[in-house]
Amino acid sequence: MDLSYGAEAEAFRKEVRVFLTESWQPGERRGSELKQFAGDFRRSAIDRGYLYRSVPKRYGGSEQPVDVIRAQVIREEFGKARAPMEVGGNGVNMTVPTLLEKGTDEQKDLFIQRTIEGEYIWGQGYSEPGSGSDLASVRTKGELSPDGTKWIINGQKIWTSQGMQSTHMFMLVRTEPDAAKHDGITYLLMDLDQPGVTRRPIRQMTGEEGAHTFCEFFFDNAEAPVAWQVGERGQGWYVSRTTLKHERASIGSADGLGSQFRKLVELAQEMGRIGDPLVRDRLAEIEGRVLSHRYTSFRLFSCAAAGEDPGRVHLMMKLLLTEIGHDVALLAQDLIGEAGMIEPAGAGGRGPRGPRGPNKWLDQIMGSLGNSIAGGASNIQRNIIGERGLGLPRDLAMAAEK
Amino acid sequence: MRFHLSEEQVAIQDAVRGTLGDCWGMEQLHKFAGGDDDFDPASWETLMSLGIGGLALPESEGGAGLGLLDAALVCEVAGEKAAPGPLIGQILTAIAVANCSDAETRNLLPRIASGELVSTLALDSDLVQSARAAHLFLTDDGAGGLRLIEAGDGVTIEAVIATDRSRPVSRVQFGDVAVHPICAAGDPLVQRIRDAALVLIAADALGGAQHCTDISVDYAKERTQFGQPIGRFQGLKHQLAQMALDVEPSRALVWYAAYAWDANLPDATRAAAMAKAHLCEVYTRTTRAAIASHGGIGYTWEYGLNYWFRRSVYDRAWLASPAQHRARAAELAGW
Ligand SMILES: Cc1cc2nc3c(=O)[nH]c(=O)nc-3n(C[C@H](O)[C@H](O)[C@H](O)COP(=O)(O)OP(=O)(O)OC[C@H]3O[C@@H](n4cnc5c(N)ncnc54)[C@H](O)[C@@H]3O)c2cc1C
Repeated sequence: MDLSYGAEAEAFRKEVRVFLTESWQPGERRGSELKQFAGDFRRSAIDRGYLYRSVPKRYGGSEQPVDVIRAQVIREEFGKARAPMEVGGNGVNMTVPTLLEKGTDEQKDLFIQRTIEGEYIWGQGYSEPGSGSDLASVRTKGELSPDGTKWIINGQKIWTSQGMQSTHMFMLVRTEPDAAKHDGITYLLMDLDQPGVTRRPIRQMTGEEGAHTFCEFFFDNAEAPVAWQVGERGQGWYVSRTTLKHERASIGSADGLGSQFRKLVELAQEMGRIGDPLVRDRLAEIEGRVLSHRYTSFRLFSCAAAGEDPGRVHLMMKLLLTEIGHDVALLAQDLIGEAGMIEPAGAGGRGPRGPRGPNKWLDQIMGSLGNSIAGGASNIQRNIIGERGLGLPRDLAMAAEK
Repeated sequence: MRFHLSEEQVAIQDAVRGTLGDCWGMEQLHKFAGGDDDFDPASWETLMSLGIGGLALPESEGGAGLGLLDAALVCEVAGEKAAPGPLIGQILTAIAVANCSDAETRNLLPRIASGELVSTLALDSDLVQSARAAHLFLTDDGAGGLRLIEAGDGVTIEAVIATDRSRPVSRVQFGDVAVHPICAAGDPLVQRIRDAALVLIAADALGGAQHCTDISVDYAKERTQFGQPIGRFQGLKHQLAQMALDVEPSRALVWYAAYAWDANLPDATRAAAMAKAHLCEVYTRTTRAAIASHGGIGYTWEYGLNYWFRRSVYDRAWLASPAQHRARAAELAGW
């Protein structure tokens, strides 16, 4: 084993550093000036092959050969320099890879560049009031217009993250009511700026409301061009399962977890509890899991770099991260003590500066609960580990469903 | 950058697994557990014939030129099979002697590496595995250094009923004994050997925990109740998933600790403490969950799961408990 990235990667790292020193000097720029500067910076980073590496040049990407180590070096160096990276969000993480794999040329032309430049923001229109874990039961209805050029959509989507900012939605819609459950769904793209779409923010348990919460969407004869349908009619379920290859393997979430753990240790120090043997014991116990997650991320990353299958462990990463988040929350809640009785100003992303003081941990304490729900509830993760990972027989209810 | 096993490392594990499988199954385990011996020459010779005694020694010392990581991979398989014999003591003794400067002690190395001299670990406790069969005891010198004690005169061995039937211990006292010095207090080798011991115990725990998970999953596919395999019931399925979630990611913790030791990284001592603490917790949880997941058969002697449970008791207590190592890890982090 060897955790160094090798001479070639280190030479590349130097090159990236030189670029960053020369090109990312935001200085005193603020507001729109900073935004402009960041935009120009991103464009030159794309020219150098540092961002949007899996996106072809004609769609605004830098079209680089797959190289997870280079991608990681870039993330590390950009992170250290606090330089703008890819815009992130559902659009870059889900829409773009899906379109690259399954989209038509017209769809790629229309959407990819505008998405990576941050002009189009995508909501994920999967969940409905009646369909969450059982996603393939979606009922939002799509019917062809009489001239066959448009899908007419009626129904409701819910829990859409970034819904208030979204300009577009990728969604699962039932278009073949008579077909078997998984074979009656079509994957559509929709412009949300139209009369048939109503959106409403839903206040979250964190107290968050307004622009930054998840939303619900009502569709009343909303329209999506048939040309914006991704994949075959009725095949939307399978389009949504498109595995996203590219350079997904990264140790980004491990770095995030590591810095969260360091902050937890700092919290224990600030609160004068770091000498308490019970606190030290719990910290070290949590760190055992944090490090397991970190080194397993290295393992996945190493397998990806070598083009080898890491096996079932990759199915465990989401649940592992969720559970560690709960452990962190429980200890943080002990540590902040009475401070937890006062909700900090700016909690839940409200306010310009974000919360200060020990009670700012309320954000993590409550937010960690979202992880056991969003992106597949923890029980669903356990089903996946048990059935796909360990080869246990499928649940009868689900095996028998039509 | 490489942080997964090489083909060669997988092959080493497969070879040890295959070889042990041929000579150490449930039948032998039961027989050994029911007998009076604290050592099984047949399986020992088989393991030693694979060169495991000298695995972590440089080629110039007649070893395989591999590292602690490779030794840990072997100990993992030993844990999986609940293999007898002081494998961890043997490997550590070989490393210690190869790194010592006492010429007379070093003369023993070829016979240690070949497994002809059996050496067991007698550190921090008077409960010592395979004490009656051992030729050598790797122990401290009372002042913080390390030494080897020769079996025979001055070594008093008192029988006890050992909890871990796969690695029976006895109570050992050292009186006026024949000694081979290894190193004095303050020599970095002392800490290196202690760290390596923790890594190898963690590896044994990993192998045992993985084995308990695997047989529980297999059983859940075969056993039927209510007209279906019990593994279909979500309650059990989720318990099994949780066991796998506990074990599989912690594998990388053992790899890291062994790698840190091999590369002599600054955090090697702490990594060893974390690995020992975490894996022994995992092992305890997993053996308990495995027995529960089997129902009545799991509670029997005959089925044999108890051997791994008992082994988890040994690994957990050996060279200090998880909580003690977490306290060390906290100290080492400067908290
Ligand atoms: C913060 C946040 C952001 C989100 N963002 C989005 C988004 O952008 N777009 C989007 O489409 N959705 C989003 N969601 C929705 C999320 O995907 C769903 O909430 C999730 O899939 C669970 O569905 P549900 O809420 O209907 O709960 P249910 O499916 O009703 O689950 C309720 C409980 O039942 C359990 N359960 C359900 N089925 C099973 C089963 N087969 N076996 C065992 N237990 C089961 C679950 O584990 C859970 O504990 C978001 C949710 C949250 C919390």
